[in-house]
Amino acid sequence: MIRSEVLKEIAPIIRDQLVVCNIGLPSQELHLIDDQPSNFYMLGTMGLASSIGLGLALAQDKKVISIDGDGSVLTNFGTLPTIANNVADNFILLIIDNGSYGSTGDQPTYAGKKTSLTKVAEACGCEQVVECQAEQTGQAIKDALASNKMTIIVSKCESGNVKVPVITMDPVVIRDRFMQTVKA
Amino acid sequence: MTISEKIVSDFVANDISFVTTVPCKQLAGVIDAIDANDSIYHIPSNKEDEGMGLCAGAWMGGKRPAIIMQNTAIGVTINTLVTLTQYYRMPLPMLISYRGELGEPVACQVEMAVHTKALLAQLNIPTYHFHNEQDANELDAILKHTFMCNKPVAILTDASFWKGY
Repeated sequence: MIRSEVLKEIAPIIRDQLVVCNIGLPSQELHLIDDQPSNFYMLGTMGLASSIGLGLALAQDKKVISIDGDGSVLTNFGTLPTIANNVADNFILLIIDNGSYGSTGDQPTYAGKKTSLTKVAEACGCEQVVECQAEQTGQAIKDALASNKMTIIVSKCESGNVKVPVITMDPVVIRDRFMQTVKA
Repeated sequence: MTISEKIVSDFVANDISFVTTVPCKQLAGVIDAIDANDSIYHIPSNKEDEGMGLCAGAWMGGKRPAIIMQNTAIGVTINTLVTLTQYYRMPLPMLISYRGELGEPVACQVEMAVHTKALLAQLNIPTYHFHNEQDANELDAILKHTFMCNKPVAILTDASFWKGY
């Protein structure tokens, strides 16, 4: 199972939640699969999906799911201690870990080699860390939503991409409709 | 009221309730005052671009954010300022210690100081420079301006403003 298949499977589960989606192909794929005003697509700034999601979760009560990648978490490694030490029980960080930088041509990441993001998240102090195979991602999200506890999910999947168009929606439109959904 | 307390009281008066900080000797008093204030959620960041991500999320969640950092952070955060804060039109007051100005004991700090205003100008970021203590009287207006125009705004505070380290 590759990331786009994981996104297709979880789209109905996350549709009614606030979703902050990682830059590049993940956002483009989610936009193509199931565009929702409750999706905040990152068009720039690699690595900050988890930080934006945590800030959003700490600022209001609705549940927030940040969809991140292993490469992006490695880019913003400082995010895991910040998450661990600022617990927001309405926050789920889904790391789709395909062991590669997908958007730039599947160059391997260290997470696909010796580094375990699950163990790093635990070592940083995150209390509920779940590692699963790609096929179990939907169930892991359902469990995390039901637990009302901040959860880090590391979903191990295969690397690989499908061709998807870029997002041409204006960033202010993405942000404004997202904020309307937050407020609703 | 100390100058640090005055700064934080202006934050509170402008409904700023989510502040991320990266440590700084000059701004230590402000950071302490933020930590002590019950109406502000203080979330230290490990790096300034991470902090700007937290602030973006908090603002979309309905809270007014601010970031406290050193001017060296301008070098770290250009991409985030341009492709997140500015691209999505988000407000962000940035209270910045302007290291490397008169009174600076660490030569290396001057290397970034000489680029600070040029970089901010290149980024079209409204920039205010606090040199004397009374310059802080404008802070309230600067904060209102920031949330009016939905832009990142820089407030540089140098060593003279802090009366040495």
